[in-house]
Amino acid sequence: MSDRTQPGRAAAHPGNLVFAVVFLAISGLLLSMLGEQTRAVRRVALTSQPWFWPAISLGAMTGFGALHLAFVLWERHRLLDLSAEAQEAGIWLRALEYSGWFLVYAWVVPLGGYLPTTILFALLLTWRAGYRERGLYLAAGGLSVAVVVIFKGFLGVRIPGGAVYEVLPPTLRNFMIVYF
Amino acid sequence: MEMILSGAMLLMRWDVAAALAIGSVGGVIIGAIPGVGPAVAIAILLPATFALDPLVGLTALLGIYGSSMYGGAIPAILINTPGTAVNALTTYDGHPMAARGEGRRALSLAFAASFVGGIFSVICLILLAPVLAKVAPLFGSREIFLAALLGIVLVVLAHRGQILAAGMMAGLGIFLQTVGLEPVRYTRRYTFEQSWLASGFDLIVVVLGLFALSQAFLLLTERDNRPRAAPVRGGLFSGMGEIWQHRRYAAVGAGSGVGMGIIPGVGEFTAQFLSYTYAQKTSPRPETFGKGAPEGLVACESANNAVPAAAMIPLLALGIPGEVLTAMMLSVFYVHNVIPGPELFQTQMVLVMGLYLALLLLNVLVVVFLLFSTNLLLKIIRIPTRFLGMMILVLAFVGVYSLRNSLTDCAIAAAFGVFGVILKRLKLPIVPIILGMVLGGIMETRLRTAMVRVNTPLDFIDRPIAATIFVLIMLVIGAQVVAWVRGRGSRGRTETDA
Repeated sequence: MSDRTQPGRAAAHPGNLVFAVVFLAISGLLLSMLGEQTRAVRRVALTSQPWFWPAISLGAMTGFGALHLAFVLWERHRLLDLSAEAQEAGIWLRALEYSGWFLVYAWVVPLGGYLPTTILFALLLTWRAGYRERGLYLAAGGLSVAVVVIFKGFLGVRIPGGAVYEVLPPTLRNFMIVYF
Repeated sequence: MEMILSGAMLLMRWDVAAALAIGSVGGVIIGAIPGVGPAVAIAILLPATFALDPLVGLTALLGIYGSSMYGGAIPAILINTPGTAVNALTTYDGHPMAARGEGRRALSLAFAASFVGGIFSVICLILLAPVLAKVAPLFGSREIFLAALLGIVLVVLAHRGQILAAGMMAGLGIFLQTVGLEPVRYTRRYTFEQSWLASGFDLIVVVLGLFALSQAFLLLTERDNRPRAAPVRGGLFSGMGEIWQHRRYAAVGAGSGVGMGIIPGVGEFTAQFLSYTYAQKTSPRPETFGKGAPEGLVACESANNAVPAAAMIPLLALGIPGEVLTAMMLSVFYVHNVIPGPELFQTQMVLVMGLYLALLLLNVLVVVFLLFSTNLLLKIIRIPTRFLGMMILVLAFVGVYSLRNSLTDCAIAAAFGVFGVILKRLKLPIVPIILGMVLGGIMETRLRTAMVRVNTPLDFIDRPIAATIFVLIMLVIGAQVVAWVRGRGSRGRTETDA
């Protein structure tokens, strides 16, 4: 599978200039740190040196990145619209909100238990996504239970039991830790 | 023959048969939901198979890999939205057919063409197995290094119009796999004195971030959409007969899929492009292509479905994945202690045959399933997109967190998720990052081993296979340079004329 579903010139898309500049800056910075972040070993062939592959890859990133930036500037010199670039960068930042949701979910699971946290997460995210139909909340709850039962209960994936389960009676606690 | 029978015996086990059925049906469903795709599904399910028997886990994931493209044709034809990226070309002729009231015929033809492609490809795979068993051991470290390098070169050059961006991303992938402790002397590389970077970036975490989380973030941030597709009335068996009228296009498509699938870094897109171009050029009605030509639909569906089995050839014989799904299948094999490479055909031929037969069987299972349940799948397509984003987020958590119960892994995956959103918004390629990570690791270890016996640069290519691959690399790069110079020349002339 590849990701070439959308033909067309990527360079013309707003945001490409910001991306190309940041990518080149980071690549160049990492390349400049080659000496301090890798080690050279004496009496070892060039291709076996620990710095060899980081140098090759960062060289490729910097070289291609510089050419890509030049291409973007060349393609967009008549179209350059800094407000469109900033607007696109704003859309990228919106994805950070949901990465925050994901991290909070991952942080709460060992405390609140996989099943309760997943149900709560799915319901809250359904609400955040703007849905108000009762059917979708039921579907979200049902999906959460199904995911937990299939993955933890049936397939036995390694997800720790929640700290909250400690307050349960011993028999129920063990059951919840193992299956939910 | 004995090997084939032994392989068939493996599939008789109830747990393997169940895994095949669940994987095949699951793959079709996943393929039919736009915005999920097999890469996301395999990445999510991979940790869940850790506890399973190797053959059971491999068969389930192989089922998803081999069947998703069947399902992907349904939304491509009925709602003009490809279920998987590979089905994009299916929309060109499939949707216009549906728009003029021939949805049933288009679906039926697509399933039949996919079946032809899939079966042809697996038969080639089975027939090639004895040849591979003889040829694969001739690949030493330098040949495998050169084959991996060819894969990187091809995956970059295959991104026409985005070669520079693909080069950047391939470089990034190779860099990511170098971070952490270096494998021979255990010196630290780009760890910035951070203990969490010492073990480097896990491929599954990066894949889940770039494919699953990015897709979830994208669906959640963009406008909600509730795809609608009218139910298909009548049976879907007609295409099985009609495909005979288009046998030439189906055969060329399947052949092109096998040919392109074998070459690392090329894959479905080039296979479909070649097959579609051939069909258009040789059709008595070329003007109908893109407007609902059944030949065009047959050409692309037979080509894309022939690729998965063919792509298993370099993966199993050399341990070299040609695209993202095979890169992930490589980690599936490693996790289950099956090491793809030249020795596999000598030591585990029965397992290989079992996997081939599983691929063969899944094509039959999927077609039977689709003939009777397409309307059921149409209900699944209607999931609102933001709700789908929430579902992917819940499922992706299982994939990331169950690897090592690490919040750091979740943070890394989330960071790659945001990066993936940027790449998808800018329509920049993601695949070269993953192939860079996998092939970069192979190149590093193989070059180090190969250089022990190399005194001069010419020694590196003094064996026939190494020399052939080297010449291929040079030819591919040379052809690209010539095409670029010609392109510039013709553009310059056009501007002068204007």
